[in-house]
Amino acid sequence: MSYLHSIGEYFIMLKDIFRRMTKGSVLKTLIFKEIDDLIINSMGIVVFISFFIGGVVTIQTALNLNNPLIPKSLIGFTARQSIILEFAPTFISIIMAGKVGSYITSSIGTMRVTEQIDALEVMGINSLNYLVFPKIIAMLLYPFVISIAIFVGLLGAYMAGVMGGFVASEQFLEGLQSDFIPFHLAYAFIKSFFFALILATVPSYHGYYMKGGSLEVGQASTTSFVWTSVILIITNYVLTQLLLS
Amino acid sequence: MIKVKNLHKSFSGEEILKGIDTEFEKGKTNLIIGQSGAGKTVFLKCLLGLITPTEGSIEYDGKAYATLDKEEQRELRKNMGMVFQGGALFDSMTVAENVMFPLKMFTKQTKSQRLDRVRKVLDRVDLLNVDKKFPSEISGGMQKRVSIARAIVNQPKYLFCDEPNSGLDPRTAILIDNLIQEITKEYDITTVINTHDMNSVLEIGENIIFLKDGRLEWQGNKDIIYKTESESLSNFVYSSDLFKKVREVQLKGI
Repeated sequence: MSYLHSIGEYFIMLKDIFRRMTKGSVLKTLIFKEIDDLIINSMGIVVFISFFIGGVVTIQTALNLNNPLIPKSLIGFTARQSIILEFAPTFISIIMAGKVGSYITSSIGTMRVTEQIDALEVMGINSLNYLVFPKIIAMLLYPFVISIAIFVGLLGAYMAGVMGGFVASEQFLEGLQSDFIPFHLAYAFIKSFFFALILATVPSYHGYYMKGGSLEVGQASTTSFVWTSVILIITNYVLTQLLLS
Repeated sequence: MIKVKNLHKSFSGEEILKGIDTEFEKGKTNLIIGQSGAGKTVFLKCLLGLITPTEGSIEYDGKAYATLDKEEQRELRKNMGMVFQGGALFDSMTVAENVMFPLKMFTKQTKSQRLDRVRKVLDRVDLLNVDKKFPSEISGGMQKRVSIARAIVNQPKYLFCDEPNSGLDPRTAILIDNLIQEITKEYDITTVINTHDMNSVLEIGENIIFLKDGRLEWQGNKDIIYKTESESLSNFVYSSDLFKKVREVQLKGI
């Protein structure tokens, strides 16, 4: 029953976010701040992880291709498909659930504990709109993060493959370009758009409706990470079924 | 003036407020006192419109809150200032930005007009020198004063304070009490203070409401509280030896 209650509460929250908009000039400042906090500040970890994951995918593929009949260009092909279809959108989103998600939950949760949200409500401000709406707008730039992750991932794959002596540069690039289906990129961006909404709203829900003190803020951050990851994985499955099958 | 009529509030079938009738006068410091669990916080939250009463009404200058539409309720909220127990200052903003916040949200003032007003209010609470600091960089007493400055910057009609001097040393607590009382007179506003502090009761209690088990047990002021026949009130106010002696002196002085 409590799960049903939470699901209902989450959807009511989504509706309430768009009720009574905050003053435009204030909102503009908040959106820029959130872009800085959620997007720009995440670029470092996204680039780092993407680069090495791209490299690992290449090495593992290369080490498993023992049959001389299989062309080496398959390494580039496999790296491209893995990175565009799964690693960049899904893997990076799980990482973001930990980084951005726990930041959102703990910052909103701390505001709840220290009565800052009550202060907003008493002033007649829609606290959900003030706190969550700018995060949703900022996260609309998330597909941009994923495009960077794809680029850096492929770069990492290329460097690990070529510099590690697993594949020649021409073979890797040939594989990278062979049988390319542009819709796969669209699929990755559609997924990242849905993931962005989940990353902005699920952790916000856990922070906004938390009860208790500072210990509970920590617990809410952990719960938020678990649930955001679960919802990301389920959404990933549903979208893959709908868009690719 | 705030008029409360037959106010009831229940949570999951348990009645917390059991029919409160009272009035909070303009230009006076109105105090709500009572033991923990008496319903003070629920009562204050009802007054603030954060909790909807189960029964009864609250009128703000003759207008019943429940009869107002959403927009009118929002307008009314703009006329309310609140000083929270912990200050509830926005920790990502400086002191000046915290005080400026209501002006930024609800007025069309230019930046220089807003800055002028903020300086004036910070000067009023004697905090002009810390305007660029963050809440974490100032003391608890200063945070309370910033909270008061933020509450009055938009010249509200109603000021609500939830235990404004909790966690403060006695001297700072008296300063905060006096500041609230002075501001109440100066701005001619209706001030409602939820407090546990007996110094506040005897210092600034111009209208005192004593709640017991969700009911209004006693109403009066600091000048007559020592004469109360309510045993629970005298046990509550004059619980310490010091206050018992104060009462003896007050009674002998009749």
